[in-house]
This record gives sequence, C-alpha cells and structure tokens, in this order.
Amino acid sequence: MTVKPAVQTANWCGQSIERFEDAALLTGRGRYIDDLGVRPDTLHAAILRSPHPHATIRRIDTTDALKLPGVAAVLTGADVVKLSAPLTVGVRAPVQCWPIAVDRVRYAGEPVAVVVAVDRYVAEDALELIDVDYEPLQALVDPMQSLSSNVLLHDALKSNVASDRTFRYGDPEAAFAKAAHRVSVEIKYPRNSCTPIETYGVVAEYEPGEDSYDVLANFMGPFTMHAVMARSLKVPGNRFRLRTPPDSGGSFGVKQGVFPYIVLIALCARVAARPVKWIEDRLEHLAASVSATGRATRLEAAVEADGRVTALRYDQVEDVGAHIRAPEPATLYRMQGNLTGAYAIRNVAVRNRVVLTNKTPSGLNRGFGGPQLYYALERLMQRVAVELYLDPLDVIRCNLVPSGAFPYRTASGGLLDSGDYPAAVAKAVDEGGLAELCKRRDSARAAGKLYGIGLTAVVEPSVSNMGYVTAVLTPQERRKAGPKNGAQATATVAVDPSGSVTVHIASVPQGQGHRTVAAQVTADVLGLAPKDVRVVGEMDTSRDAWSIASGNYSSRFAAAVCGAVHLAAMQMKGKLARNAAAQLNVPADEIEFVGGKVGARGNPDNAIPFGRLAAASHWAPGTMPDGAQALRETVFWSPPQLEAPGELDETNSSLCHGFIFDFCGVEIDRITGALRIDKYVTMHDCGTVLHPGMVAGQINGGFAHALGAAVYEEFAYSDDGAFLSGTFADYLVPTATEVPEPLILHVETPSPFTPLGAKGVGEGNCMSTPVCIANAVADALGIASINLPLTPKRLAPLIAERKP
Amino acid sequence: MPRLSAGRRHTVRVTLNGRAVEGEAEPRMLLTDFLRHVLGSTGTHVGCEHGVCGACTIDIDGAPARACLTLAVQADGATIRTVEGLAPEPGRLSVLQDAFRRHHALQCGFCTAGILMSLDIYLRDTPSPTEQDVREFLGGHLCRCTGYVPIVAAALDAAQKLRGVARDA
Amino acid sequence: MKPAKFDYLRAGSLAEAHEALAAEGPDASVIAGGQTLVPLLSMRMARPRLLVDIMHVEELSRISVQDNAIRVGAAVRQAALLGWPELAKRQPLLAHALPWIGHAQTRTRGTVCGSAALADPSAEIPLILVALRGEIELSSGKAKRRIAAADFFTGLMSTAREDHELVEAVRFPCAHHGEGHAFREFARRHGDFAIVACAAISDANGTRLAIGGVADRPLAQDFGTLDGSALDDALQDFAMELEAREDLNATAGQRRDLVRQIGRLTIEEARACRV
Ligand SMILES: Cc1cc2nc3c(=O)[nH]c(=O)nc-3n(C[C@@H](O)[C@H](O)[C@H](O)COP(=O)(O)OP(=O)(O)OC[C@H]3O[C@@H](n4cnc5c(N)ncnc54)[C@H](O)[C@@H]3O)c2cc1C
Ligand code: FES
Ligand code: FES
Repeated sequence: MTVKPAVQTANWCGQSIERFEDAALLTGRGRYIDDLGVRPDTLHAAILRSPHPHATIRRIDTTDALKLPGVAAVLTGADVVKLSAPLTVGVRAPVQCWPIAVDRVRYAGEPVAVVVAVDRYVAEDALELIDVDYEPLQALVDPMQSLSSNVLLHDALKSNVASDRTFRYGDPEAAFAKAAHRVSVEIKYPRNSCTPIETYGVVAEYEPGEDSYDVLANFMGPFTMHAVMARSLKVPGNRFRLRTPPDSGGSFGVKQGVFPYIVLIALCARVAARPVKWIEDRLEHLAASVSATGRATRLEAAVEADGRVTALRYDQVEDVGAHIRAPEPATLYRMQGNLTGAYAIRNVAVRNRVVLTNKTPSGLNRGFGGPQLYYALERLMQRVAVELYLDPLDVIRCNLVPSGAFPYRTASGGLLDSGDYPAAVAKAVDEGGLAELCKRRDSARAAGKLYGIGLTAVVEPSVSNMGYVTAVLTPQERRKAGPKNGAQATATVAVDPSGSVTVHIASVPQGQGHRTVAAQVTADVLGLAPKDVRVVGEMDTSRDAWSIASGNYSSRFAAAVCGAVHLAAMQMKGKLARNAAAQLNVPADEIEFVGGKVGARGNPDNAIPFGRLAAASHWAPGTMPDGAQALRETVFWSPPQLEAPGELDETNSSLCHGFIFDFCGVEIDRITGALRIDKYVTMHDCGTVLHPGMVAGQINGGFAHALGAAVYEEFAYSDDGAFLSGTFADYLVPTATEVPEPLILHVETPSPFTPLGAKGVGEGNCMSTPVCIANAVADALGIASINLPLTPKRLAPLIAERKP
Repeated sequence: MPRLSAGRRHTVRVTLNGRAVEGEAEPRMLLTDFLRHVLGSTGTHVGCEHGVCGACTIDIDGAPARACLTLAVQADGATIRTVEGLAPEPGRLSVLQDAFRRHHALQCGFCTAGILMSLDIYLRDTPSPTEQDVREFLGGHLCRCTGYVPIVAAALDAAQKLRGVARDA
Repeated sequence: MKPAKFDYLRAGSLAEAHEALAAEGPDASVIAGGQTLVPLLSMRMARPRLLVDIMHVEELSRISVQDNAIRVGAAVRQAALLGWPELAKRQPLLAHALPWIGHAQTRTRGTVCGSAALADPSAEIPLILVALRGEIELSSGKAKRRIAAADFFTGLMSTAREDHELVEAVRFPCAHHGEGHAFREFARRHGDFAIVACAAISDANGTRLAIGGVADRPLAQDFGTLDGSALDDALQDFAMELEAREDLNATAGQRRDLVRQIGRLTIEEARACRV
C-alpha cells in the first residue's frame, strides 16, 4: 500500500495510494465546521424541543428568556411563518412542513423555540425560562394504526396517508393464478440511523441591504435542497449562498437532514441581525435529526415447483414520521427500478402507502430504501426455500438474472447495466467456503448449538435518477409538472499561472477520500502524479459549478463524479495537446502526456514540461491556437439512460447496479439469546475499482452499520410516543468488540454507462447484511417470522418457544 | 484553592502538549469547550458530550480520559496531551499516525483524534497486545466510518514497529 | 448540552470537604471522577449549587489493608485499584469484576467510591461490595460511621448516605485461603452496564451468590451446599424474590431466567475453583 515513484502514467487508478486528506486529519488540523473561525459578533443558538410526541401549543411565553442578560433573540413558529414559506414537499397533499413547530408539535424533539445568545451556555440557560403551554394529544406510533386512526397529524389531509399509489408491471394476476405455490412474508422494519460522530452544524448570516443569506453548513447534498431552502427563505437562489466546510465528520446520508435547520438558523440570523452559529448536540441528533423510514411490508410471491418466482406482490406502508420532509417519499421510490432485486421476475404488483406518525421525520440514510426492500425480498426467498424444501442457494441461483443478459431491463423499468451474477455467486461459494460453513453448522448443531446460515443476493443501485421520486405522482400529474430526470455530475479542472492543476468537485466529501481519488483520475489523464494535482472538496454555490444532483449520496462519487473529473481532464488534455502540437510541430493526435512531460510520441527529446505548457495560456494567450486556451475546463455530465419515469410508471431509478452476494454463519447463545457472527462472506461487483483501500473501507464501514441495524440499533418509542433511545447509552452503536471482519471478495464487470466503468459500492452491505443475518437466525431457530434488531430481548423468547 | 463562583470566569492553567498555557473559564465550562474554543486547540473533537463515543479522549496526567466528562476547572494544574502533540515535528507523523495513514484507518477522521490518544498511551503501556486486547481497549470508542478493521490493523502494526524501535534503542 | 451554573470548590483537606458539604446541605454535590455526574450536569438533570471536588485530598487517595479488608479511599480511581499490585492476591473477585466497569478510558477517571455512592443497580462495585459483605465508611464534620453494604444500598440510585456525608472509603474483605470465586456478566455490548451480573464466593461452608442488574439494588443469598435440582429450586425462588426490572434490553422474565442460568454457572464455577 505504498506510493510508487511518480513516473508511470495511466495506472494511478486501481492503486491504494495514501490519502491526501490524512496528514491534516491525523494531526488535529482538520477543518470541520466547529473548528472554523467565525465573525467576532457571532451569536449562538440553542433549540427548545418538544417533550411531547403530539400536542397543541396553546401559548409560548418568551418574556423571561428575553430578559436574561446575553440573550439577543428568541424565535418561535410564529416568527418563522412570518418570515418564510413552508418547505416544499414531494407529494400532492395539503400538508405544510416547517422547520419548527407551528401551533402543534408532532414528534418528541420537534423544535418549538430557538434562543440566540452570546454563547451556548447562556442560550441553554434561557431555554429553561421559556414557558410553553401544551395540550397533549394522542400519539400515533405504529404506522398500521395510523392508517385507520381518527387521530390526525395534519388535519387538512383528512387522513394520515399522504400518498397511496399502485403499480402493475407485466401480468401479476395471471402469474399468481397459474402459480404452483404462494409464499409470503410480513415484515416490520424498524427505524434507525447511521449517526455520524460529528453532528449537524450551521453558521448563517443575513445581509438586509441585499436580502441575501450566506450560510456555512455541513450539508452533504443533494442540492435539489438548495432550491427548497431558497424558496422557503423567499429569495432567489443567487441570494442564498450555501458553503460547506473542507471537512465533515461523516454523513451516510444523514447530513442531508440538516437542511431544515439551515433555514431555521438563517432566519435567526435575520432576526438577530448578527451571524448565528448552531452546533447540534448528540441528544438533539438522536431525537430529532433524521431517521431512516420504518416500513411495514407484506410481500407475496407466485412460485413454480422448482423455486422459480414468477411474480411479486408488494404492499408497503412507509413510516415517514411527522412530516413528509423532502426528498421523501424518496426512500420508497429509490428502489422502484429494482423491485425484483437480482432476479429475473417479470411480473410485479405494488401498493405503496406513505403514512404519517408521531416520530422524527425520515430522510436519507446509508442504503436508502435498500435495507427495507431487501429485508422483505430476501426473507421471502429464504421462505421459498424452506416451504418448498429446496436449498436456499438453489432458489437464489434459479432466479438470478442470467449471465449474458446485460444490460437487462427489469419488469419495473430499471436497466441493470452490467454483471455476471451466476459467476459471482459461484466464485463466492467457492472462495468463501460455503461447503465448509455447512459442515461447521452440522457439527455445531450436533454439539447442541443454535447455529444457522443465511444467504442473500441483491443489486446495489447507485447514481440516482433525479426523476425517480416523481414515480410517486401519477403519469398525469407528472405530465403537468414537467419531466424530471438525469443526474448531473460536474467537475472542473483548472491550471494556474505556475502550470499546476487544481480540480474542483461538487461531491461534498464526508470522509470518503474524494480528493485523493479525483487526483488519481486526473493524474492518469494528464501524465502527472496524484500529488501534483490538488483537489478542492468544499463547495460554494456562489462560485462553483454545481447542479441539483451535486452532493454525496447514492454512491455516486466513483461512478459519476470521477467520470466527470475524467471528462474534464480529457477536455483539458485536448486543449493542451493542441497547444503542444503547435509548439512541437507534430499533429495533436501524436502528443502524449507522460511523467510530467508533454511530447511527441516516440520522440522523448521533443517534449516540454507539463507545467510550462499549462502555464502558457496565462502568460502568452496570444500564441495559442484559436479556442485552445487551456485555463479551466468544467464538465457537466448526465447519463442518457436516466430517463423520466414513463407512462406505465416504468422507472430506471439508478444508473448503475452493483451486485452483492453474501452468506454468513451465526450462533445464538441458548442462555442469553446473544448473537455471534461466526463467519461473514461478502462478494461485490462494483465495476472498475479505482482505489482498493477505499473500496474495502466502504465495505467494512457499511458492514458495521448494517450489523448495528441488524443486531443493536433502533430508535425505540414507547406506545404513547415517548422516545426511548435518547443517548448513546440507549442507542447502541457497535464497537470494535462487536464488529467482526468480513471476508471481502470481488469480481469486476465494468459499467458500460460510466466513463471509468465504476459503480457505487458505499451502501451495498447496508442492504444485504441485515437480512443475511436475519436469514441465518431464522435458519438457526427454525422460525418463519423475524424482525430487526435481533436483540437478546427478541431472540430469547424464540429460543424458549423452541424447547420441547 | 478558594471557592470559584458560578457565572464568573476564572483562570485555568494547564500544560498543553508541553507548553504552559492559560485561559478563562466559568466553573461549568467543559474541558472540551475550554480546549477547543478558549485555547483554540480544535483537534480534540466532540461527538456526544456524555462519555460514550470517545471522540474527545485526551491524555490527562498520563492516562486516557474523556475531556467531555471533565470540567476545565478540574483540570487546572494538569498536564494534558492532545492530538496536536502527537507528531514529532510539523510535516512528520508518529509511528501510530503513520500506521493509520497506511492502513486507511480513518475516513472522516472525526473519531480519530480520540482513538489516537487512547492508543498512544495504550501501546506505551502494553507493547505486545493481541488483536482481542486491542479490540477490547478500542471498545471505548465509536467509529462510524471504518468498521474498525483497519484501525485494529494499524494499532497492531504500530505496536510491532514501536517494539522494533524500542529494541533498536 | 451544557451545565447550568454552579460554584466549584477544590477541597484541599477532608475537613474542608466536610465543611462545605455541611454548609451547603443538599445543594452541594461531591464530584469525584465525574464520569456519571458530568453528563448529568450537562443534561441539566443534576442541579447542584456547589461542586466539591475531593480528588486532591491527599488522605483520600490511599489503598490500604486494614483488619483483613482492602480499604479504598474516595479519591482512588478504578484504574488505580485495578493497577494495585496486591489486588489479585488479596481479592481475586474484585480483580475479575473491575475490568467490566465501563471502558479503560472511563476507569482512568471514575472512582471506586463514586460508583458506590451512585448506587446504580447494574454497577459492578456495589455488587462486589454486597457479595463480599463489604462496608462503606461515611463521614461528616461531626461523625464517622461504618455501614454494611447490604444496608447501605437502599434502592434504585439510593443509599443510606445523608446529604452532608461523604463516602470516605469502602472496604472489601480480603479473600480467605481456599475460597473459590467467580464473576459473570451479560450486557448488550462490551462495557455496557450489566443486564445481569453474578458474583459468587464459595468455601467449605457453602456458596454465596450476589446478583446485580435485576432488582433495584444488588442482592445476595447464601446457597449453602445445595446442588442439583435443589439448587435450581432455590435459584428459582431467589429469582422470583428479586422483583426484576423490565427495560429496553430485557424483560423481567428474561432477567429471572438469566439469574437462574448464569447464577448457576457462576456458583458452579466458584465451587470448581476452590482449593
Ligand atoms: C461510557 C461509560 C460507561 C460506563 N459503564 C459503567 C459500567 O459498566 N459499570 C459501572 O458501574 N459504571 C459505569 N460507568 C459509570 C462509572 O464510570 C462511574 O465512574 C461511576 O459510576 C461513578 O464514579 P465517579 O467517580 O465518576 O463519580 P462522579 O460522577 O463524580 O459522581 C457520581 C455521583 O456520586 C456522588 N459521589 C461521588 N463520590 C462521592 C463520595 N466519595 N461521597 C459522596 N458522594 C459521592 C456524586 O455526587 C454523584 O452524585 C460508565 C460511565 C461511562 C461514561
Ligand atoms: S464527546 Fe466525549 S465521549 Fe463523546
Ligand atoms: S473515521 Fe469517521 S467516525 Fe471514525
């Protein structure tokens, strides 16, 4: 894993070079939002939050708080309504979503008032002086109960169902009518979150002379939200400047959810007429930042005698919490193109209902839709095997999209770009030692142990189609609203007067090493070493090239952003080649870029240093051939495959589809119900690997998140809506003693749709691992129905039931 | 020491990474806030302020400790080392830091300072830990990015290198 | 998550600490290692007017052996006791249990007496004190008293300590020659508070088992030389008496089950290691 000497070209990609980010991060010189200097007159915000899950606010008295020395302002819902507009929601429904409670609180932790004061300590003192008169209402916790309850969260909606859509692909009725068997599962997928170790942070300023906001926040995109925020602040986009700090302490989707707070703190700055800073604390984060959706699913399959599934029927009830906060209900629709997973199933019926409950609003979270969908689908495949007395591996194999079928159009309109699923499975079974694992199970069971094996196959979608969420609208509604599609990725490659190269990316890295990989990609094109290229990762909407798809989500970096970097570097290279051609007297297509030099192919003496050539556009623009001034190349790239959802709701929700096949062996302690992972094997096809160390990092990190979701983590609520997971002593994140090392295997089938052949790899294990472990537990205990998390509290009674 | 009254600021003196420094703090100020916002040492991070995540772990008088569970006034007179004090000189990394870089033992880096401080002391006191030892010791830290695999590898690698250094010395 | 205002006094002597506690009454809090108190302050769940820091009182920082018991002063950190060279020889049960308290990074600050004063029903130190029939030394400006652990822990986070009293030291009786000991704990993750913790001491006369994590305080019972199904029955009765708690991690029924099963394993292990 060491850096090779800086002479080769075109092979930096694929090497695990050391990261450029690390020297600063390892020595305490990171620049996270709370590390950066602020203007001397900056004030600090603290937020009063509702202790009730559901209540009417009769009155808020802020008099005493305002009297406390050091307090500059107190904002409540009334102020926010006066100064802003509601946050746009993604469904056609008469609901309003505000960043603070207006007249009513709908989840424990919902902001009720904000104090702005000289420091955070004083601001928290003032929170205690605010008097709120609540009239508690009945809280709805269970989404199924919400469906039919007379208690309403949003009265204008007249029910708690914000959207109810059905979809029909192929001929599911006929397939079910013909089927030899029907197999079904019912799932309740819990709420959880990836909880980055750095919490949210916002620093906002307002300039009344220009009616403009300038905000620094550890937001991660997508920048569709920029439009939502600007609209809420009632300014055009050019008066809402959003910047991100150079470093961010992890996100995993979660920091998308800072956006309502950006609006709220921006309004505080406006009211206080001074810059305002807010750093969320961990209690706020757990109670009220964001959660993955919970989901109740009933999934039924039509199955032939040999285990082939011919049709699926989904009934999904999505628990988005108290508000449909943008981009929800995207969790439900992100997987629309791959509802059939890795399988060639041609008939699908779907009913999707989006339901409001008295819980924290949901939003992006690693895996986004995948964990919920695949938990049902892969539990179903395991049940098919059990009910038909088949080997679960055979059931997976006989349903896989066959080799040679790519690109493969799924029943629901997804286009699986590339892969060879049967080959990947065969390799994993062989190299991962499934046969030995089965023997291990036999001997463990012979020794009286509770041991089980689970298997899973999934496709990992990446590079989201910005239009997929419009699948929640009917085709008529979509026609009216105008098409939404694509996934603009952008990158800029610039040379400066010294002839050195700077790359700007709009991927808002959250710790994944984007600056290093973008440098590798650029270096390969320009014949430089990665260390010669500097990459700027922070973003500024007033200065940088960006679009709505910019940001750090849907595992789009390697596939889309690096592709854009590559294309921008190629464009730069093309111009430089023309300049070099003029100077070296050879045709441009005979110019090569090698080892920091630009020269004539085959004639090493006829060359000039890259820096000198690159600088010339600044120093002697007049000598450049027409249109070949190579100063700054910006590329916007959007894949043509990402079309808007069609008239029959066919939806290609993602550009790339990696493939994952996992299996594991688990043992459950008979006395305690504690679960131990004995072995875990995970096979990935993420296309071209740009940096093996970082790919391993994504897989190991995703696996740990998935293990957390499978065994430890849950945002738990009592029946009356009280939040029970308010600290890191209640919301249990796995540590080094809980997370085993998975065996990681790879096959590489490059994506034909991305410039470098890469596909996303950041989220796959969050989709495959929870259900793989659950399948193993179901095998160990011989049970049909099992929900997450697989805690001793849940497993112990199941063990007891088994006893003779 | 006299009784320090609430709401007033008092001088707190510490030795921070070998240098005598001082700043003002109310009795209620957490050591994390004092280090970061009074003394300007932002390398120590805050992830939970209730002692679980370990991001704020620093060396207080030779032992790893949570800065967020310590009041600045409690630390008056203490000798403190933070991540800023680990590298032998600017532009160079310690053996442990270098192992972290080579093993990709950090992604976002937010948990890293605390883990480095913990391990720096641990490897001094426990030169030949097993993998299980390291994992148990790391149980006092949360990392959301790495899955711990490369952190454990980096710690074991650094231990080996440090043993080599100790032998050669 | 920032504390409300309070005064701070770093006591230079035991007398100074006593004086401050007496003067301020219930509005004063001792701060020892701060591993529990500081988060409570930050969450504003503890609202003292004065914090009395006892960690610089020289005479409180001693570990000594007196009357065949290990006496641990109020300023002794858990890590210091764990590092005390005589620990494993003098009281192996304590040596087994200490590493289960939180993490290495919290044991460096948290004190032995602070854990006793806190009286968390899942904590290891109160459990070991009860198992060993240890004692708590309480002192105020006027008086000193010694109280048996079983009488000191009176309920959920509550003890026989008066507001103006300091836990000056705790005493763990030293192990007798030939005794067998065992400690077992079940928690969600390594380092978490116990769902069930069991400590057993066995000698020729019988076996004593103490249980933490189940009732509102650690409780112990002597099981004599009971064996086989008689032991099962006795454990069953004990488990029923414990009034097990229900929480996110386990139901009351599970806790009782664990008492029966892990309790039995712990008793057997303690018996097996008698010499
Ligand atoms: C992440 C984490 C995990 C933990 N896990 C465990 C665990 O598994 N098991 C466990 O037992 N503990 C655990 N703890 C708590 C443990 O670390 C504490 O050290 C201990 O409970 C309290 O000791 P302290 O010295 O820190 O007391 P402090 O926090 O200073 O004080 C605690 C309380 O006791 C009072 N007090 C302290 N000393 C005295 C005294 N001498 N006289 C009178 N009153 C006094 C204080 O006023 C306060 O009310 C954990 C803590 C953390 C942060
Ligand atoms: S911030 Fe101190 S342990 Fe989390
Ligand atoms: S590197 Fe991000 S939390 Fe550890």
